[in-house]
Amino acid sequence: MGRYVARRLLQMIPVFLGTTFLIFFMVYSLPGDPVLGLFGDKGADPATLAAKRHELGLDLPIWQQYWNYMTNIILHFDFGTQIRNGRPVTEVLGDAFPITMQLAALAFAFELTFGIGLGIIAGLKAGRLADNAVLIFTLLIMSIPVFVLGFIIKMVFAFQLGWIEPNVSTEQNWDELIAPAIVLGGLSLAYVARLTRTSMAENLRADYMRTAVAKGLPRRRVIGVHLMRNSMIPVVTFLGTDIGALMGGAVVTEGIFNIKGVGGVIYESITRREGSTLVGLVTILVIVYLVTSLLIDLLYAVLDPRIRYA
Amino acid sequence: MRGAKSAKWVAGAIVVALAATACGGGKSDGDKGAAGAVDPNGIFSVELGEPEKLLHTGDTMESNGSLVMSGLFSTLVDYKADGSLEMINAESLTTTDSKTWTVKLKPGWTFHDGTPVTSKSFVDAWNWNANVKNAMGLASWFSDIKGFEALHPEAEGAKPTADKLEGLKIVDDTTFTIELKGSVPAFGHKLAYIPFAPLPESFYKDPKAAGEKPVGNGPYKFKSWDHKKKIEIVRFDGYKGPNKAKNGGVVFKNYTGLEAAYEDLKSGNLDVLRQVGPKDLPVYHQDLGDRAVDADHSAIQSIAVAFYADQWSKPKPVDVKVIQGLSMAIDRATITKTVLQGTREPATGWVAKGVLGYQENAAGDVTKFDPAKAKELIKAGGGVPGNKISIQFNADGGHKEWVDAVCNSIQQSVGVQCTGDSKPDFQADLAARKSKQVKSMYRSAWSLDYPVNGNFLSDLFKTGAAGNQGGFSNKELDAKLQAAESAKTLDESVKLFQEAEKDLVKYMPSIPLWYYKVNAGYGEKVSGVKYDQAGDPILNLIEVKK
Repeated sequence: MGRYVARRLLQMIPVFLGTTFLIFFMVYSLPGDPVLGLFGDKGADPATLAAKRHELGLDLPIWQQYWNYMTNIILHFDFGTQIRNGRPVTEVLGDAFPITMQLAALAFAFELTFGIGLGIIAGLKAGRLADNAVLIFTLLIMSIPVFVLGFIIKMVFAFQLGWIEPNVSTEQNWDELIAPAIVLGGLSLAYVARLTRTSMAENLRADYMRTAVAKGLPRRRVIGVHLMRNSMIPVVTFLGTDIGALMGGAVVTEGIFNIKGVGGVIYESITRREGSTLVGLVTILVIVYLVTSLLIDLLYAVLDPRIRYA
Repeated sequence: MRGAKSAKWVAGAIVVALAATACGGGKSDGDKGAAGAVDPNGIFSVELGEPEKLLHTGDTMESNGSLVMSGLFSTLVDYKADGSLEMINAESLTTTDSKTWTVKLKPGWTFHDGTPVTSKSFVDAWNWNANVKNAMGLASWFSDIKGFEALHPEAEGAKPTADKLEGLKIVDDTTFTIELKGSVPAFGHKLAYIPFAPLPESFYKDPKAAGEKPVGNGPYKFKSWDHKKKIEIVRFDGYKGPNKAKNGGVVFKNYTGLEAAYEDLKSGNLDVLRQVGPKDLPVYHQDLGDRAVDADHSAIQSIAVAFYADQWSKPKPVDVKVIQGLSMAIDRATITKTVLQGTREPATGWVAKGVLGYQENAAGDVTKFDPAKAKELIKAGGGVPGNKISIQFNADGGHKEWVDAVCNSIQQSVGVQCTGDSKPDFQADLAARKSKQVKSMYRSAWSLDYPVNGNFLSDLFKTGAAGNQGGFSNKELDAKLQAAESAKTLDESVKLFQEAEKDLVKYMPSIPLWYYKVNAGYGEKVSGVKYDQAGDPILNLIEVKK
């Protein structure tokens, strides 16, 4: 087990280097010049452009830029500064991540409780009315695009009923994040519910279930321990990869509800060719993905004792 | 039918929103009991994006930073709505030949940190902003001043050979003189722009920190900047200028989009909006009633010709009649009314409204929609090479709709094939323009730097000007613009520029499309909201109700 974890952690190093390298070069090869973009329609003289490039280190060859960037990250935990406003990237990330994590956590809790809850109901009553109702409900959620759902929720709850404020303020209150979290977690909720349902409906017919029932175990134990534990493996896999997606992929939801999180920063850094910011963001997201996938693999062993890591 | 329906929805929403505020009251709203009474210390909020750069006087060139800076700093002069000058920090600004200018400062002014504003505060600030070492984006604004090249050589990588502008001389604490390279009648108007603001002594110790926490001489002093969330400025009680703040301060709130800001305006969480988003344009008059604002904005949208492109340059330069014909093939009136929902006004010349020397109908017939005449002209000019054109634009700026409409209009009226050449974003668009890779024509917008017509002519159409990215060059016009720039008096200069503008019909460096308008609005808590030529709310005039 220990060796397995150590090996997985070591594997992260080449993945980390590879992704940063790829992103760095992709941003570099995009058409457009971030320094020129600073001056917009009006342009600037070559001397000012050169001075600015020199100040930002953009006049160096790309290899050297990458080398400087990586050594700074590894030795000083310095992700560089933004081209536009000279703010340290760590500070930009520090601003964006807390609210995104808050939002992702809420959305995750939402999809976890309701998704699994609905899935259990549907799975146990497979083929009956409740099952069909859940299937139709999830189908509906899956087919509505995120921004439509966002606008509907705003329209109804903010403007018609006046229960919530239409936009998230800058104070980062938990209660303001409930609506965006529902929108963000909605799609995953549908997936989780369906995965849970299928997996449970299938395992209901398994031999060990019949054995457990025949042994005369109470129904609660049969379902809560024997059935649930075996049915959770595909769900856990999905939930694990979803954490990363919730954090990095909330561009639309963040835009609708005026949340200044990671999604918006990613979008902005791409349009402004802010290579260092983008690489920093992606690096953190990659680490989140790597860590969660490791945790999930370890969870497998907990859920199913037959799986062992040496 | 659809329009009527959505309007009803919105109206319903307002009723609900009003009822909600009447019952509970919004979070940020105070007691609204005494309606109408003005609270001189009231603080209001304005929608504002995150300033792109640090708040340096020499580097704030986009609208987000500019609005904050306009509260924090006062320049020597400012201009009124009719384009005439008003003295702010200057007691007087005099010149006899438009070459040597004498500035007398009003006595007793201080910066927000209590240090006095003297001639040195101005001269040092200008020297710093002009120096190429500091790479300020607005450095070229000092290029009229004698000795600029020594501080700011144009060649790439060249080092400055001086650290002071030769043309600036301090006479005493409240007087200094500016010697220009030649006569520049519009220089007084240029002085209203933010790079000419003074800087306190403390700035030079740590310019970067000062950019995060600027100390100025304006009607407001800086309070805090919570990046991407809000910027707060409060009234500076020691302010001596004529534009003293009528409110207690401003909170600039950051929004992810115009729609979100508009919703907050409707629900009372925001007081002043700078721009209504496209989604809400059809309904904002109905929503806001007399709090909806339509004002002139001195900016123009046009289609510029990439004269270097093979299409226009080979085998021989294109006949100007062809471009004139294309211009007449565009139905500006219909497009501004339908596709652009009345947010623009058809242009009749190259100089936008609201600047000194604006003239109605400068372009004559060329901007009138006349398919028959257009066909004739194009035919007389030898036809459009290849019988097709493309218009390059950036897909991230909401331009696609009108580019398509313009293309349709051209195609239908003169049968020239026209397509939009979409670049993914503004960066890619600019890069293509800069590296001379525009295939046919490109979208080109210009908003005023200073309210004199020369700004829309010299900076765009003179050979080698920074804004002239289509490779347009004409000796005759250059000579005329040069003469106008260096005229002895402002009146004379404006007049010469007006003549030059009329002449542009003969060269057609670009096809003017329409003037911008400000479509904005404000909340119930504030009054006296006015917008300036650049489309920004005038902060100090806004009054907050109790």
